[in-house]
Amino acid sequence: MAALADLSRPNAVSLDERSKHLRRLAVRALDKGERGHIGSTMSLIEILRVLYDDVLRVRPSEPAWPRRDRLILSKGHGCIALYVMLAEKGFFPLETLDTFCHRDSILGGHPEFGKVPGVEASTGALGHGLSIGIGMALAGRIQRRDSRLFVLMGDGEINEGSVWEAAMCAGKHRLSELTAIIDCNKIQSAGPTSEILDLEPLVDKWQAFGFATVEVDGHDVAELRKAFGGLPLDRGRPTAIICHTVKGKGIPFAENDPAWHHKAKLPRETIADMYRALE
Amino acid sequence: MRKACLDAIYKLAKQDSRVVFIGSDLSPGLLSEMREEMPDRWFMEGVAEQNVVGMAAGMALEGLIPYASTIATFFTRRSFEQVAVDCCLHNVPVRLVSNGGGLVYAPLGPTHLAIEDIAIMRALPNMTVVACCDAEEMKRFMAASLDWKSPIYIRLAKGGDPIVSRPEHGFQIGKAIAMRKSAERNPVVLMTTGVMTTNALMAADILAAAGIDVSVVHFHTIKPLDAAAILDHARAARLVVTIEEGIAIGGFGSGVTDVLVDGLGPKMPHMKRIALPDSFCRNYGVQSDLFEIYGLSPDQIVRTVTNKIEELNA
Repeated sequence: MAALADLSRPNAVSLDERSKHLRRLAVRALDKGERGHIGSTMSLIEILRVLYDDVLRVRPSEPAWPRRDRLILSKGHGCIALYVMLAEKGFFPLETLDTFCHRDSILGGHPEFGKVPGVEASTGALGHGLSIGIGMALAGRIQRRDSRLFVLMGDGEINEGSVWEAAMCAGKHRLSELTAIIDCNKIQSAGPTSEILDLEPLVDKWQAFGFATVEVDGHDVAELRKAFGGLPLDRGRPTAIICHTVKGKGIPFAENDPAWHHKAKLPRETIADMYRALE
Repeated sequence: MRKACLDAIYKLAKQDSRVVFIGSDLSPGLLSEMREEMPDRWFMEGVAEQNVVGMAAGMALEGLIPYASTIATFFTRRSFEQVAVDCCLHNVPVRLVSNGGGLVYAPLGPTHLAIEDIAIMRALPNMTVVACCDAEEMKRFMAASLDWKSPIYIRLAKGGDPIVSRPEHGFQIGKAIAMRKSAERNPVVLMTTGVMTTNALMAADILAAAGIDVSVVHFHTIKPLDAAAILDHARAARLVVTIEEGIAIGGFGSGVTDVLVDGLGPKMPHMKRIALPDSFCRNYGVQSDLFEIYGLSPDQIVRTVTNKIEELNA
């Protein structure tokens, strides 16, 4: 297991201009859609940024390219962050973000396969993505493709028993092409994960289920690049990357506050405050 | 029927490299030839049905055709959300080979009795629901299943069931089969699914001996339900009787009723639905014992039909 020294304070990382730009786009979707899972979106930004900027082999102009790497956002409620990255990469126009949750939009409050170019699976009900990713990985072996699979889950999400069924299965099949990424922001809808349903010892759990593990600061772009660049950690095992993050990262008045898990119809002045925080 | 289904999976897998088998925790040696010849397409994944369904959907999203198998209630109850979201919402060709449809697992009690499976599976958008009447029909269905684009819930009967289907009936998913045609101008029509077709045909013989010539129409596909066949047979019928090995709420008879209400409105014929009551089974024994408890045996079907005819004639 690779561990870092300063993981207890992931919010110590200051955001660079690209991270702020991506967050401003997220606020734009949130504003135009008049709703969204803000906290869950903001904790994901650097993870998705590094995946799409540096890791995933994808073709925005050919979303179904068979040899692509697959990313499943299993914590579908964090979809604004995914939409922002897909728009940034050209899977669809940036202006589409302005239609978030509108009646005829392709961008709903949870991402849908077949509607949104670049979305590999419809998620929203938690605890489904890892099994789907396993199926895709095994299909890749049968079809002799070298695609890699990335399944991004929330720490609250992995309360679901189905995640651990899938984890056992991935371990059994030694799916080194599969990487589970845990957005470990320590807060679920009802409150701190340590109070609602404690996950610790989390790293030990993934190791016990047959994964090679690494912990990173989920807002440190360099650390994320290093972790993803080192995949697979073990040629005979799937990898779990535990990303320590801050719910609401980048919006000081939203950070680490369970009340910011989801918000609707935010007043103009609050939206303005969010933009100011991201200048 | 189960054996016919499994043999067909092996045969299809030999013909088509997209075919995959995934079991939960089934009998040792199951599909051993497939396991030996195609080890990369044979999976046994343990008592983890949610994962089995999810991974089947993931494979299907990549163009494979997974035949997943476990006990019916474990698909329909345990992994319902995976069936609904992973299979049906994505509308991928996962086949849920479901052992012990209806009252097959009589001695094992209510945890293993799939009594509401038809009702909840047919409620799912994009789902196809199939209940064959015997092993020969199962073979014909399996050949037809390969290129069907949507998920299919395959309700398996006990096995060793009498063969009542005939090759000349063919098999088309969604197309009902007239098993017995009454010569009467305004006949009684028995509409059935699964192995209840066999019981209905036996009941029809008894009724014929008593001078009542009934039609029997077999609906191997409960969804999409063959509305045209229902309406064709119902227009001239003096009585439509639906018979199913499942609860009445939302089941096959419920589907037939919907078609008749929408299609014929006030001109719909009299109806009688023979189905399981709104309760969990409190008995054990064997499947035929439970048929008797619930009025599904051929003799009881005869009595229900004749009582209804008398009631209408009164």
